[in-house]
Amino acid sequence: MKNTSQTNKKILTFPQMGNYYIPVKFFFRHVCNCEIMTPLPITTNTIEIGSKYSPDFVCTPFKYTLGTFIESLERNANILIQAGGGCRYGYYSELQEQILKDLGYDFTFVNLVTAGNRNLKYISNEIKKIDPHYKKIKALYYLFIASKMVKYMDKIDNYIRENIGFEDEKGSFIKLNNKMLKEFSRVKTYHQLRKIYKNYNKKFKNLKIHKPNNCLKVGIIGELYTIMEPFANYYLEQELASYNIQIKRYTNAHYLLFEKGKTVKKYLKYAQEYIKYRMGADAHDNIARCKYLCTHNFDGIIHIKSSFCTPEIGAMPIINKICKQYNVPIIYFSFDANTSEIGIKTRLEAFYDMIEMRRKK
Amino acid sequence: MDKIKIGIPRALHFYYNGRLWKNFFENLGCEVVISPPTNREIIEQGTKYAVDEMCLALKIYLGHVAYLKNKCDYILVPRIDRYDVNNQTCTNYLAIYDIVNNLFDMNILNYNINVPKKENDYVGLVEIGQSLGYTITEGIRAYNKAIYYCEQIIDKDIRINTKKLDSNKIKILIVSHPYIIYDQYFGVPIIKMLNDNNLEIIYADKFDNKQTNALANKLSKTLYWKYNREEIGAIELVKDKIDGVIFISSFPCGPDSLVNELVMRKLKLPYLNIIIDDIDSLTGIETRIESFADILHEKHKSNQ
Repeated sequence: MKNTSQTNKKILTFPQMGNYYIPVKFFFRHVCNCEIMTPLPITTNTIEIGSKYSPDFVCTPFKYTLGTFIESLERNANILIQAGGGCRYGYYSELQEQILKDLGYDFTFVNLVTAGNRNLKYISNEIKKIDPHYKKIKALYYLFIASKMVKYMDKIDNYIRENIGFEDEKGSFIKLNNKMLKEFSRVKTYHQLRKIYKNYNKKFKNLKIHKPNNCLKVGIIGELYTIMEPFANYYLEQELASYNIQIKRYTNAHYLLFEKGKTVKKYLKYAQEYIKYRMGADAHDNIARCKYLCTHNFDGIIHIKSSFCTPEIGAMPIINKICKQYNVPIIYFSFDANTSEIGIKTRLEAFYDMIEMRRKK
Repeated sequence: MDKIKIGIPRALHFYYNGRLWKNFFENLGCEVVISPPTNREIIEQGTKYAVDEMCLALKIYLGHVAYLKNKCDYILVPRIDRYDVNNQTCTNYLAIYDIVNNLFDMNILNYNINVPKKENDYVGLVEIGQSLGYTITEGIRAYNKAIYYCEQIIDKDIRINTKKLDSNKIKILIVSHPYIIYDQYFGVPIIKMLNDNNLEIIYADKFDNKQTNALANKLSKTLYWKYNREEIGAIELVKDKIDGVIFISSFPCGPDSLVNELVMRKLKLPYLNIIIDDIDSLTGIETRIESFADILHEKHKSNQ
């Protein structure tokens, strides 16, 4: 399995998560002088390879990202980027580096975030590993644009999620979104980005929809990676949209990077009859959101996580209690590397039938 | 007036701080009720309250809490957040107070340990003493007395453990969380098996914490869980004096799944990895321990 065709060219890659490869790629393309490989889409093969070399009861994102790394190393990538913090995510990188080295690959591993503390000096040193001559001012400028790009993408995403179930012409939302993302990746200045965003925002609002006032509303809460990577949740959102359901989801990259720090106190206060402390990763956020969804006339809640996700498991008894108190149906999905898609579809269908019948009563 | 009864579950952080709590409340003049060693009934109770995927240690904790229900006035459930940025705890410790509070309807005494924010055992316990109606001076006196007593016992433990390193028997280091290895139902039978196989047992958690914590950096640079740091630091401390390492973890322990895997990949000694589930039979583990002991004995003979 050795990487034989060694060249001096630097090829950089990172794990796949939703559409967020666009801003990440944008940032590194402008800041570092190296080739960037778009992360390979996750397939069943990725999961198989990832699970083969992972420890037994590690959570699923570890397996997905390890699988992606191995696949890209096979295609001659030699710089890998990983970032994480909060729960177990923060420790992924060191073990993944060790596993990949034991497999005989030759590469540089760059870990942008450790133990959940975002220290600019540390990040700067890590970027120097990729390109020792990178310019800090330039990096800050493109970081700003990339963060704005994430923000705009998430804003559009939220709009899509609420309306995609009711589109007149099937596939029109996804088509337009893909077009927008393509233009985003070609952006050079902040001004251009803003212009494109405003333009497409209008276009999205002009897309024809037939949305009844009393449509079914469902909130999705849960663990961040499984929520944000559609392959990891077996395209759950698409499935829901096909039932004509309005979807509300909070967790997105913009929230995790820029808002999470500010909302801790607010959320703890909002759900103070249930929780007193932070519970690790997104657990307390999800409890507060669960209460919000219960008190704002949502028809159902879907809680998704990867199996063995410790913080979410801790939150589950409390979420269960809230839903019982407010009498709102909730369904739990725990995704593993070998979950069957049919099983999920069946459970989702039953859940949909149930909330529809409740509505009719 | 009847004494205030305070319940302490014999699980999770009891094995780190239990002695301190017991002494502190007894010094204050309260009655301390400690749940009995884990038995089948407690495990079943715990499984009933817990979510399926919860860590075995947490399930047992809930079982102990369920046992103490109606047997005491207050139950002590502290929360441990972090000692510093590199000494955090697993998310179960962060969530434990809120889980117990939501699942059980009882009076809970709670304090938080977050040392960077100046919340530690001392402040927490004295505040609890105040809330129970004792004065600050009484609290401080009780705490100081308790901590003095605990430190002496810890020193003694460390002395005994270090002395074992000079033994002529085959020495193995046990790397496991105290709440697993000292648990009557899971850990103690395993220790007995090891003793039957004529092995000298050295515990990774019975060394000087500060020393082992600092040594952990040699094995893993980015590790940020306090208890794991101390345990793998012990490997680094005694690696030249021992013949093998046994890892024991509960299913599915979050930090152990990653840290033990990494250490096993770097370790140059023979090792055995045991994962404990809530299954009754220990026969499988017995077979594995026997063959591991045989390997070590054979290796020892050929070296002589």
